[in-house]
Amino acid sequence: MPSADLVLSAVTKRFGSFTAVEDLDLTVPEGSFFALLGPSGCGKTTTLRMVAGLEEPTAGTIRLGDADITHLRPYKRPVNTVFQSYALFPHLTIFENVAFGLRRRGADNVKTQVHEMLELVELEQYAGRKPAQLSGGQQQRVALARALINRPQVLLLDEPLGALDLKLRRQMQIELKRIQTEVGITFVHVTHDQEEAMTMADTVAVMNAGVIEQMGEPLELYENPATTFASNFLGQSNLVAGRVLERSADTVLLDVQGTKLVAPAARAQSRQQDVWVGVRPEKVFLAAAETETDDGSNALRGAVVTDVSFVGVSTQYLARLPWGQELTVFEQNTGARESFRRGERVDLHWMPGHTFLLDAAQDASAGVEKEEDL
Amino acid sequence: MSVAAAHVGPGEQQLPQDQPQRKRGLTGYLLLLPGALWLLVFFVVPTVTLVSTSLYDPTGSISTGYQMTFHWQNYVEAVQEYAPQLWRSFVYAGLATIACMLLGYPLAYAIAFKSGRWKNLMLVLVIAPFFTSFLVRTLSWQLLLGDNGWAVDVLRTLGILGADGHLLATPFAVVTGLTYNFLPFMVLPLYASLEKLDPRMLEAGADLYAAPFTTFRKITLPLSMPGLVAGTLLTFIPAAGDYINSELLGTPTTRMIGNEIQDLFAAGAYPVAAALSVTLMIVIVSMVFFYVRRSGTEDLV
Repeated sequence: MPSADLVLSAVTKRFGSFTAVEDLDLTVPEGSFFALLGPSGCGKTTTLRMVAGLEEPTAGTIRLGDADITHLRPYKRPVNTVFQSYALFPHLTIFENVAFGLRRRGADNVKTQVHEMLELVELEQYAGRKPAQLSGGQQQRVALARALINRPQVLLLDEPLGALDLKLRRQMQIELKRIQTEVGITFVHVTHDQEEAMTMADTVAVMNAGVIEQMGEPLELYENPATTFASNFLGQSNLVAGRVLERSADTVLLDVQGTKLVAPAARAQSRQQDVWVGVRPEKVFLAAAETETDDGSNALRGAVVTDVSFVGVSTQYLARLPWGQELTVFEQNTGARESFRRGERVDLHWMPGHTFLLDAAQDASAGVEKEEDL
Repeated sequence: MSVAAAHVGPGEQQLPQDQPQRKRGLTGYLLLLPGALWLLVFFVVPTVTLVSTSLYDPTGSISTGYQMTFHWQNYVEAVQEYAPQLWRSFVYAGLATIACMLLGYPLAYAIAFKSGRWKNLMLVLVIAPFFTSFLVRTLSWQLLLGDNGWAVDVLRTLGILGADGHLLATPFAVVTGLTYNFLPFMVLPLYASLEKLDPRMLEAGADLYAAPFTTFRKITLPLSMPGLVAGTLLTFIPAAGDYINSELLGTPTTRMIGNEIQDLFAAGAYPVAAALSVTLMIVIVSMVFFYVRRSGTEDLV
């Protein structure tokens, strides 16, 4: 069977003088659950719309398997979309909404197929209703059924869970993943919710300002961020300015404000002398000031706790280092760890293996989610 | 929802039961009063007057006065005598409505979806003719369609119209005038319902294998149905009762029911004129009723 990978090559899309997507190369393997993750306005929806045929690329080609679909009209593409606002047809019943694509292609036994599909999304009893009589979550499933029933080669999902409340969203994430595994169709999922992307997707592409910053499996992406944007947008990161003193085959010796730290050479994304030394907040442990360790861990000493917030499973600390920078620390509430109060003096420890190094030329606050984005 | 909330309200607040309820009842009627008065003065009284006039003794006159004799034969006489004009009115109004639909739908569609920053200007242009009296505008069609006008010249040159063919004083001129005068009443409601249409519906149609024309037939047209129904009603009803276009652009053989009613009133034949008016009203109301039922937009009227 020939491969039906979705391949975007050097795709660029400009709206007037604004470049929404720039020179994008992307391969989505057949049958995978692929997430395009990025903040609003990063070009992810434009990319999706180009695959759907609703926008035409300014340059570049889009191929699906052996076929070049770059300039194919949307209704001729074996691609279906679940729209952000669902875009269900309000004058048609749920049954007719789901049957729409089949009828256009003159399919046989529409009735059986629609009922099977409604069964898959657990909406059989609503077939006769109009979309307005359904809840948001149910409408979402109708939109999914309406697209899936056509057995597209690629299913595009444009922030499909954005309008749902948190609990329903979690439920639908699991549901979507289940359905994708069941039908085995390639899913391309656009979202700005990093947790959503990591929960569902096999591969996540982090997109920013029209380009893909990093692409990989969720775990790989989280543990080894390649850019400051990826490190901040996918989870949180502490980034401290440092200088490389010595590079050996396995490790990199660093100087951070007079303190010697060690990082694995494999996790260094920069060959430069000046780097960002990064560590995830949950990898850092707090210890009372001047606690000695003998396990060779990295330590930044002389910090002061400036904020403590209890979040249930963990406690989030902010610790100010002697040079004024505040780092975030998540301590699991296992009961085994010492807790601290505001104003107490502490040291920060973490395993050298958890350190990563990024290019110091990048903006350390890139990708930090602002309040209005949430 | 709000009704249920209103019922729950006082019980929850433990207010004395009698007073607030009686007050609310009175307030309701007080609020209805202006509307009810308006309907009484401008709808009930004229309708009752018209219907009773249609049953007066037809031998009366303005100078001698009319007597109420429940002379229902007025209706028989009116329908027998004016059936051709009645029929012609509906044919002309129907043709004008179809023409308005064919001209107005693309126009409304263009304003709603394709006009971009010209949208407001185009809307103003649709409404602009109302700033001039429709009598003057209809009269100017005499010039446009006249034997010396360019329209006749062009059609004669092309051989579509014979050397002695005319446009003015033909049924064509009357229907053209009706179409012209009522076009905005078709365009505006259509625009309003097309404007509300989410463009993503059209994208969804295209995404689900519907070619542009199929998308129009299956999505755009059904969703603009309320506007289309409102537009046809606003065009057909006044067009059926219109007499100015036939008067100014037609001939005695293109007379519509409005012309006859107007002449009858002018001649003082009030009972027959009223009977004709009531007949027109009943026919239109029943046509509208069946039309609206058929197009499945009961919530519109």
